[in-house]
Amino acid sequence: MTDASLVVTDLHVEFSGFVAVGGVSFDAHPGEVRFLIGPNGAGKTTCIDAITGLTRATGSARLGGKELLGRPVHKIVRLGVGRTFQTASVFDELTVLQNLDIAAGRHRRSASLLRARRGTDGSIEQALEETGLAGEFATPSGILSHGQKQWLEIAMLLVQDAKVLLLDEPVAGMSQDERTATGELLQRIAAKRIVLVVEHDMDFMRRFATRVTVLHQGRVLSQGAVAEVQADPKVQEVYLGTAGAATTAAMSVVPEAAAGTHQRKED
Amino acid sequence: MTKSKPWISLSGIGLFAVLLLAVAPLVLTDHWLNNLGKYCCWAIAAVGIGLAWGRGGMLVMGQGVFFALGAYSMAMHLTLETAGDRIPGFMVLYDPLAPLPVFWEPFRSTGFTLLAIVLLPVLLASSLGYALFKRRVKGAYFAILTQALAVALATLISSTIRETGGDTGLSDFKYFFGFVLNDPANKRMVYLIAAALLIVCLFAVWQLYRSRFGELLVATRDAEERVRFLGYDPANVKLVAFVVSALMASIGGAMFVPIVGIITPAEIGAAASILMIAGVAFGGRASLFGPALGAIAVGWGQSSLGSTWPDGWTYILGLLFIVVILFLPNGLSSLPARFTAARRSPDRQPAPAIVAAELEEARP
Repeated sequence: MTDASLVVTDLHVEFSGFVAVGGVSFDAHPGEVRFLIGPNGAGKTTCIDAITGLTRATGSARLGGKELLGRPVHKIVRLGVGRTFQTASVFDELTVLQNLDIAAGRHRRSASLLRARRGTDGSIEQALEETGLAGEFATPSGILSHGQKQWLEIAMLLVQDAKVLLLDEPVAGMSQDERTATGELLQRIAAKRIVLVVEHDMDFMRRFATRVTVLHQGRVLSQGAVAEVQADPKVQEVYLGTAGAATTAAMSVVPEAAAGTHQRKED
Repeated sequence: MTKSKPWISLSGIGLFAVLLLAVAPLVLTDHWLNNLGKYCCWAIAAVGIGLAWGRGGMLVMGQGVFFALGAYSMAMHLTLETAGDRIPGFMVLYDPLAPLPVFWEPFRSTGFTLLAIVLLPVLLASSLGYALFKRRVKGAYFAILTQALAVALATLISSTIRETGGDTGLSDFKYFFGFVLNDPANKRMVYLIAAALLIVCLFAVWQLYRSRFGELLVATRDAEERVRFLGYDPANVKLVAFVVSALMASIGGAMFVPIVGIITPAEIGAAASILMIAGVAFGGRASLFGPALGAIAVGWGQSSLGSTWPDGWTYILGLLFIVVILFLPNGLSSLPARFTAARRSPDRQPAPAIVAAELEEARP
């Protein structure tokens, strides 16, 4: 276990009596594409919300030895934790370049904000190249395709220089080609960073996961390499037991999750 | 929105400066020049509203409060200057032996007055904004709260007739920092100061809009949570825009006093605050020139139509407001862009995303 790891221990999240996450522990290291999977309502997104400070939680989530829980959202970000949302949230009115420039701004002094942008940061060019958006840098991000918006979000995390990338269903709504491209992108950027992906898409998980944690009803059901997890009878039971409902669950997950985020914003 | 050619806006400001500072004094009568000066004061406040509301998404419905801080600071100074060593006339009226209220005393000093015009709005807006934005008060709640403050301040002034002149306000200023206000040449000078300040404010927001801060402000307006997840505290971003807009309202108020010659609670209350917003919405809140031009247009409408047909003017203003909101949600300044967009690609509408986002924000 290196110093740069994300270690989550005994994470608990309660929503007025309802235990959404009840004692989840896992760790993630640079160099692996870590997946968090599980049926609808298993508490995957809630785990990410807790780590990023959006939801109150007890237990511990440490990045390189620093406790994340209990800090305000923007302070956690400054420690190097970046995330994306289920619905791509980029600044539609601004161009791709402006989006990335804002993401790169966390290292800038506040006085420099008063000046206009001259030239492009090296990190931005690199991220544009990495995510294949180099041709779109002047496009208002509102008119990008769905897949491109997701890539832009990942590019923003790259220029933000996040040590941990928490990606919430990054390939939802993508075509097969886009999924493959995204998976390869994740494997490339995982070399130096911690990449933690919440996904529903089992096929995508099988192709690109290094290690997997399966959540079920707010607890860890199984943990390990893809083959191990798939061979686990407990996992099979959960997934086969709900096989009939799997299609409906997969279909309902997006709108329900989106409604959840909105509600939290209103609070 | 993303201006690739800054010199277009800059030459626009230059043209505006020539019109206001050189052409207007030559062609307008003293009466209309003075009126234009009054509109410039509203326009200064409007430029600030454009920054806070148009770019920052904060519907500031109580700019009258900051307008009042500047206006009453200036009015108290001018009243004392006019009264000389004696107690101001209106105070003697109620109690011939009344001493000068303690808070009036420092306004004898020119330096203190000028400082107060700048610092009072900055201090009030900082503390108010800090408390509100850190607690994530936004949308309709923010709008109602600021509006309530304007009502409260107007009521307070109305009820303290001995100290502030109450509903009658402060008026009959004879001198403006030593210059006799009756002299047309001095009136013209006061107009030129107001017009020049408007140009300075336009220039300031031009720089803010093209700076990284301007981009961050728009980003905060459109997706505050996302900005938080980029490591910024959106409260600080909004606070800066809010404080700058408060300062501009105060400057507008300060110049309003020597130009109009009277300040009353009616000029700073709820109705006055909403009228300032109306000009901004009319002209186009997110554009550089829209707020200023809208405020001048509404001001002109008020003096020309409002004096010949006072009953009808309010309805015309209301009707205009409805038409603009319905058909030109980005104000009159979006007309040229719409026109060119329609000519370039007749099947593609310019994205009204900005409006949708803000209406969403304004909803509770």
